Order: sequence, then structure tokens, then C-alpha cells
Amino acid sequence: MYAWHFTEMPYPNLPPLESLSTMRVSLANKHFDPKIGADLYNRYLDEYMIADDLGLNLLCNEHHQTATCIDVAAPLTAAILARQTSKGRICILGNPIANRGDPIRIAEEMAMIDCISRGRLDVGFVRGVPYEIFAANSNPTQTVERLWEGIDLVTKAWGAVDEPFNFEGKFTHRRAINLWPRPYQTPHPGIWMTGSSDLENIKKAAARGYVFATFLQPHTKVKWMFDGYRSAYQDTGLPGGGGTAYMPLVFTAETEEEAEKGARELTWYLNAKTEPQYRNPPGYVPVDFNVNALKGTFTGRTDAMRAKSMEFLKEEGVMVYGTPDSVAKQIKRLYDLVGGFDHLLMMQQAGWLDHKRTVSSMSLFAKEVYPQIRDLARTKPLNTKVAAE
Amino acid sequence: MSGRGQISTVKSGGVSIEIERRGSGRPLLLLCGEEQLELEAGFIDELAKNFEVILPSPAGFGHSDRPDWVSNVDDLSYMMLDVMDALSLKDVTIVGFSLGGWIAAEMASKNTSNISRLVLVDAYGVKVGGPFDRDIMDIWTSHPSAVAAAKWADAEKGKRDFSQMNDDQLTIVARNMESFARFCWDPYMHNPKLRQRLHRVNVPTLLIWGDKDAITSPAYGEAYAKLIPGAKFSLVPGAGHYPHIEKPDAFLSVLKPFIA
Repeated sequence: MYAWHFTEMPYPNLPPLESLSTMRVSLANKHFDPKIGADLYNRYLDEYMIADDLGLNLLCNEHHQTATCIDVAAPLTAAILARQTSKGRICILGNPIANRGDPIRIAEEMAMIDCISRGRLDVGFVRGVPYEIFAANSNPTQTVERLWEGIDLVTKAWGAVDEPFNFEGKFTHRRAINLWPRPYQTPHPGIWMTGSSDLENIKKAAARGYVFATFLQPHTKVKWMFDGYRSAYQDTGLPGGGGTAYMPLVFTAETEEEAEKGARELTWYLNAKTEPQYRNPPGYVPVDFNVNALKGTFTGRTDAMRAKSMEFLKEEGVMVYGTPDSVAKQIKRLYDLVGGFDHLLMMQQAGWLDHKRTVSSMSLFAKEVYPQIRDLARTKPLNTKVAAE
Repeated sequence: MSGRGQISTVKSGGVSIEIERRGSGRPLLLLCGEEQLELEAGFIDELAKNFEVILPSPAGFGHSDRPDWVSNVDDLSYMMLDVMDALSLKDVTIVGFSLGGWIAAEMASKNTSNISRLVLVDAYGVKVGGPFDRDIMDIWTSHPSAVAAAKWADAEKGKRDFSQMNDDQLTIVARNMESFARFCWDPYMHNPKLRQRLHRVNVPTLLIWGDKDAITSPAYGEAYAKLIPGAKFSLVPGAGHYPHIEKPDAFLSVLKPFIA
């Protein structure tokens, strides 16, 4: 099993949360102090470098117009890490290709980062969470179409080594596409995708050999998605199946008491406030989901999580916290419950959790937990050549 | 569709468009707003006394198909012209509300040979201000309670009881919301080309506006009217974005003399 360090790069220094109606999309940026922001960026990057020294892999993402995540350009973070770290793999999970206008620009950025890092890059593609629709102003009814058209174009561009080609799709028109540079890894870096409900998309990712990742879900739902993924690559007879990845909130400490305190700080992320109009833009989910929403029976992931106790979230595998032996035991249990997985993506920092405690948690994990879980059988080893066939 | 009238479908380039017809007389093509609240509203009965009221659901609304290629109001308006041809309608009065008003304006900018009169009610469709001007309230970034307050002079009137609807009705509500976003998200609620095409509208045109409409303001309505040669503009007092529902009598007293 591969372990990854992750932070969304939160900006927690806000007025009392009770006084705000939203932390996303429309929270006035007068609340962002650039001097605090400078400290936070440098601190979070330091923590990635420490994670690299500790033997962890490095996962970053991006969001826009939100205090929950001031990493607004994951390729910039990945580029810095490509240059400043030397060992860990670097994964962007992911590029919001349905919201960024120009897939070719993404293909170029990824190829350049892959070269600078000498082939340590994994490239995620995401359609973006509902809030992102507003900052990007992309049509919420077309995100899945945009996602796949973009992926098809990027993978073709990475692999087209002999001559330039033209592309006239539904959303993008480009002429004489000819990437300089092309990616360091041949034919291209491993591709990752995310999902939380759309089994059709998950199966499509599996059939293409992409890694499938999901975040903060109850273990029964994770198993349902991973089973769908595994069945799809077995059904197709393809050698693919890049692997599966799951992200819980993780905090490791010397004592259970300290661990619980640290974990409680991580729940800041689950409690992020958002005004209702940003949570489910029309057409983002299928019509039958919205019929259920009108009946009041569909509320979405974070709303459902918010009300739950930490004990419940621990039981569900959404949170993993405790002493090193306890954390290892919880991960093995989760591994068994979901039918195994390849990548443990750890949100080890959120909200106000400070540098000292973040580093303490990730160090204990790397030294005392990782050795206990590293050899858990992987459903499929990382092999970009096989995965891409 | 409410099922009050005769339901049928016609084809526009292979796409099934659902139509309801009520009453008899000269044809009146009534293009509903995005929520299709008109189908349950009383004012149509009044119109059906003197007209055959034809109520099509645009692609993606009601039970009408919505293939992926249909992406904007330009498409919807061509399909509505197809519907007029399929039904061999001549000398048609078109009354369009909100999104339906926009579709009507697009139709009239393309071909008025079978249109005799045009009525736009609190319609979307044009950009009248500059890039930094918010011509039309952004209903998708506004809190739902703020949208309701802007849409209705009396927001209580806008409340809908979804618990009393069956799955088919709820599916229509959800489809209508989705299709509205699909066609009107970007550019927001307007076709940048329409403004320069409205000079082609060569039939008598009336714009009717709720004086309390804060989605599309009366000032927006007046600016819209100035883009159509000879168009008249009339306010309905005490009404928001749906004057025909909030103040049906006042609305009909403005509409009826124009279409008589």
C-alpha cells in the first residue's frame, strides 16, 4: 500500500464562523490577509517536503474562491514540489479539466512537471465539486461531457509523437497540436479519477486503467464503488485497473487522548459552511437525484457527515485516529472491509491544526504505522505502461 | 402538462415536442416561463374563450426531448418555428413569459411571416448594460429566499408544495430547472446577437412588465422595448416577475385590447 500526505491548504484565520453565511464562493476576500497567506503557503509546502523526507507520497488538489483551500493552482504546487523534493510521487487530484478552458494547456503543464520531477508525477482529472461550477462559470449540465472530451484530448496529445494533429470537439477546437515537452513517463503519467456515486464513470475509469479515488465515504459505500471498479476491469478483460485509493482524515499521536484532540481539529473541514445555492447547481447531479432532493431524501455527503459524532466517523472509516498501533489496526480493518485498496490518501492537516502537531502526526505515521501496512497486497501494482494499454 | 387540454406531440428535426391545446378560435402560441407555472394558472381559461391556445414545452421542458446538441435559446426558437410549421399555424399571436418571452423574441427576429402580434412578459434575452452591469439578477448565486423575494411582489405566492406532487410532476420540476440552466447559464440569460437582430421584428409588439420585478427590472424591460421598432411598454402595478399570476386581472386588462 502506498501512503500519501495531503492538505487542502486551508485558510482558517476567519471571523467567528457563526458570523459567516458561507466559507465558499462568496466569502469576501477582505478576510484574506496576504501576510498570513504567505506564511500558510510556505508552511504547507514545508510540510510536503517533510513528508517527502519521511518517505510519504505527496497529494495536492485545487479549489477556487474558498477559505477551505487556498491552493488555487495545483500545477503550481506540484511544480514547486517537483523541484524541491526528490523521492515521493506527486499526484494532482486533480486537474479540474471540465472547468479549465484549455485541455492542451493542462497537457503541457503536466508534461513539464513530469520532466522536472523526472517521472514522479501522477495526473488526476476531476469534474470538480458543485461549488467550483460558480467560480469557473462552467455549465453545470455539461461537466461529465467536458471531463471526458478533455481527457481524450490530453491523452491523445501526450501520445502523439510523430506528427501534429487537429481537434474539433464539442468544447475545444485546436489546430496543429504538438506538445513540447512531452511527458517524461512513456507513454504518459498514470491517470487518476475521482467519484462518489456515478458508477458508470467509475467503470469507465477502470476500463481505461485509471486509478479510482474516493474521499470521506462510509466503508459500505467505498466497497460498493471499489467492487464496481474491480468488476469493470475484470469484465472488460483488460489488463487495466490502475488501482483504488481512499482518503480518510488521519491523525496519529502517542496517546489516544492527544489523537482525539488532533482529530477533532481535522473535523474543521467537515464543518465548512456553504450557502444552499452553491451545494447543488441545477444539472450537476442527474434528474432522479433532484427528484429525491425535492422530496427531501437527498442531502449530499458533507451535510450528512456534519451531524455525526467522531466515534461514528471512526467506525465508518471516514476518520482514522489513535496511537500508531491503533491507527494501523484501523487501516487494516478498513482494508478488509472494502475489499482491499492500493493508496491510502491521508488528510493529515485541516483547519487550525498547527505545524508542530501536523509534523508530529505524520512522523509517527511514517515511522510506526507505515511499516505495518506497507506490505498489504495491492490489487494492482503501479505500472503506467500496462495501465495505458 | 396539466392535462386540461388536448395533449399531442410534434417533431422538430426528429425531436419530440409536447403540445397542449385549449379552447378554439385564432391561434395563440403561449410560451411558458421556465417553471411552467402558467399551465396551472387561471388566466389561460380567459384567453381560451377567444383563442385556440397552443402550449408547447420547449426541448428539455415538460415531457419534450432534449438531445445533447440542443444547447441554447437560439436552438429552442428554431424548434418553435418548426412547431408552427408542423401545425400549419398562420396569423399567430405569440405571448411569451420570462424564458418563453426570450424564445418568442428570438422567433420574431428570425421569421415573422406567420406571426401577427408579439407579446413579451418580463422576458430575458438581451444584454442592455456594460460588462460590469448586472442587467438580470444572478438567480444561481443568490440565496433561494432572495430569489423568491425578487421574483414575487408577495413571496408567499411563489411557494410550491412538492410533497403534494407525484414522481412525474417532480421529474418535470427537476428537468425544467436543469434545462433552464443548460440553455441560460452562459451567456447568462441573453443571446449577445439578439440585440442586433431585434430591428427585424416587424409586427406589433407589446412588452408587459411587473413593476416590482427585481429579476428583470422595469428599466431593463423599457430598454428591451426600445430595441424593437414601434414596441409598446406597459407596467402591471403590484406584481413581480410573473404579473399574469400575481395580478391576472390587471394583466389581462393590458393584454386583451392588444390581441383583440
